[in-house]
Amino acid sequence: MSWLRRNLFSSWPSALATLAILWLALRTLPPFLDWAILEAVWRAPDPRACREAHGACWAFVTEKHRFILFGTYPFEQHWRPALASALLIALWIYSSLRRSWNRGLPLVWLAGLALIGVLMWGGVPGLPYVENERWGGLILTLLLASFGIALAFPLSILLALGRRSRLPVLRAACVGYIELIRGVPLISVLFMASVMLPLFLPAGASIDKLLRAQLALILFAAAYLAEVVRGGLQAIPRHQYEAAEALGLSYAQTMLRVVLPQALRLSIAPLVNTFIGFFKDTSLVLIIGLFDLLSTIKVSLQDPAWSGFGVEAYLAASLLYFVFCAAMSAYSHTLERAGPDKLLARS
Amino acid sequence: MKARGLALQAALAAALALLAWWLYSNAAANLAARGISSGFAFLWREAGFEIGETTFAAYSAADTYLRALAIGLANTFRVAAIGVVLATLLGSLVGLARLAPNWLLARIAAAYVETVRNIPLLVQLFFWYAVITDSLPPPAEALEPLPGVFLTNRGIFFPLPGDVPQLSGFNFSGGAALTPEFAALLIGLTTYTAGFIAEIVRAGILSVPRGQVEAARSLGLGRRAELRHVLLPQALRLMVPPMTSQYLNLTKNSSLAVAIGYPDLVSIANTAMNQTGQAIEGVAVIMAVFLTISLSISAFMNWYNRRSALRGLAA
Repeated sequence: MSWLRRNLFSSWPSALATLAILWLALRTLPPFLDWAILEAVWRAPDPRACREAHGACWAFVTEKHRFILFGTYPFEQHWRPALASALLIALWIYSSLRRSWNRGLPLVWLAGLALIGVLMWGGVPGLPYVENERWGGLILTLLLASFGIALAFPLSILLALGRRSRLPVLRAACVGYIELIRGVPLISVLFMASVMLPLFLPAGASIDKLLRAQLALILFAAAYLAEVVRGGLQAIPRHQYEAAEALGLSYAQTMLRVVLPQALRLSIAPLVNTFIGFFKDTSLVLIIGLFDLLSTIKVSLQDPAWSGFGVEAYLAASLLYFVFCAAMSAYSHTLERAGPDKLLARS
Repeated sequence: MKARGLALQAALAAALALLAWWLYSNAAANLAARGISSGFAFLWREAGFEIGETTFAAYSAADTYLRALAIGLANTFRVAAIGVVLATLLGSLVGLARLAPNWLLARIAAAYVETVRNIPLLVQLFFWYAVITDSLPPPAEALEPLPGVFLTNRGIFFPLPGDVPQLSGFNFSGGAALTPEFAALLIGLTTYTAGFIAEIVRAGILSVPRGQVEAARSLGLGRRAELRHVLLPQALRLMVPPMTSQYLNLTKNSSLAVAIGYPDLVSIANTAMNQTGQAIEGVAVIMAVFLTISLSISAFMNWYNRRSALRGLAA
């Protein structure tokens, strides 16, 4: 009772706001629940049941879930992208644990990505070959984001070091690259990869569409990550550099053994935030015609029998993306709360 | 050490020049093989496609590509300008609501921020577009939430002074109309960016030391005077840089218009590229326009930071 008084009715404006919110909730929630749950159609072999009902047509999602999750990957091989997705998610969870932040982590990633490559492409006994034009759905979103970040990260460290270098040509090249990419929308970088890049390759050479999009995402992410890494580098006090110099360490030794291990640990929370943005941004590959998670949902809606259920379809898409992004954002909050001392501590 | 640095830089410059030359010669050979003449001469040729909606200027299919791109740029500016204003208003309201003493209001604002920030903007745009085109009724059964405002699957209609939308035939005429594409893009950009602005507003207000608020209270200032004369002037100084970068993001994000068919600069450049094959020029136009916007805004930011630093107020 005292909680209610303090938090909902502390003053006249507050009490009015509480009443207004309750009134709005009473007006909107019952019809919404009717639509979303009570009168919704959950399973239906054909869309007529949906068209007759007044509620949401979740049957669209249950009917199309295989295509939404796996795209045009051969139907009887769907366990492969499913297993690959689970492996990728496991890799992410493993990397989020503080005790796995060491030199072994890149090796674990290398092994994991190689295993996923074998699983997805196949071509070994027992696994028929599947060309990457047929990859689609959730695994494509996860792969674009994972490979994108895994390859952009080393590049971004080089760019950040270059931007802080004392050599003017190197610094100008890195600043120019970072500011150019950050100044233009991602879609123009994707256009560059999808329509411009083929023109820049020697006659006869070609890179397929998926790899071109992946390349664009790597180049794009590297510029944003470089700024985060630069922030971490700036947080390292001068005396650390001076101590390294006094010990007679070379530039490479100073960076690899003293500065980077601390700078990267300090920038993990902003790195996760950048990654959330990047994960969301992978949905833009739809515009250049790749079959990511959002794209398979959009294509499912083009089936004339099931057209007109866009609201349900995009709510389902929102929920899927939300689960991934909210988990990562909760993780970055715990890191921020842990504070720099805990992040720097060796485990 | 010095010699090594010079050698390293010379090698880098040479490698970049070599790369540029290699790309250039490949492109020249490819364009020659495909019979595409490079350069911007195509801008003065007839575009030959219609544009769904135009801002400020008239356009017909007989106009040039240059004019089509200018119309696209005007459309980009229109959605970005309105979006910036609305996102600032909504974002400030949500940010203040998160700090409100009312628990229910603060929780709802927090849930709003978490929701819009954790879902890709493109999904939200498709969602709003589907809400308008799939779930709003046709014009004959239009919803009228306020007198003279009509929500239909053909767009949203507003009354202007002395000019109320009227149902004529299959659609409304008169008043001001928002096409479904424009409405979806505007709602999506506004609600998405407001989620980020709300956090900036909240952080800005929280950054003002508590002592300032207590001082204002002990001077006997009311809640409103305290906000206006003590909190906001100090919070705004910290909020301006991140706000500008959100405005820039909103402008860059308006390029997602291409996915729902609003004719902004990017979607018109995309059509032009598909028709003429001038991919390099098309991408160059898009990048040049956005770079100009970004660089002018960062120039403004640097000027602003210097100015507030001179007054000795910004740390």
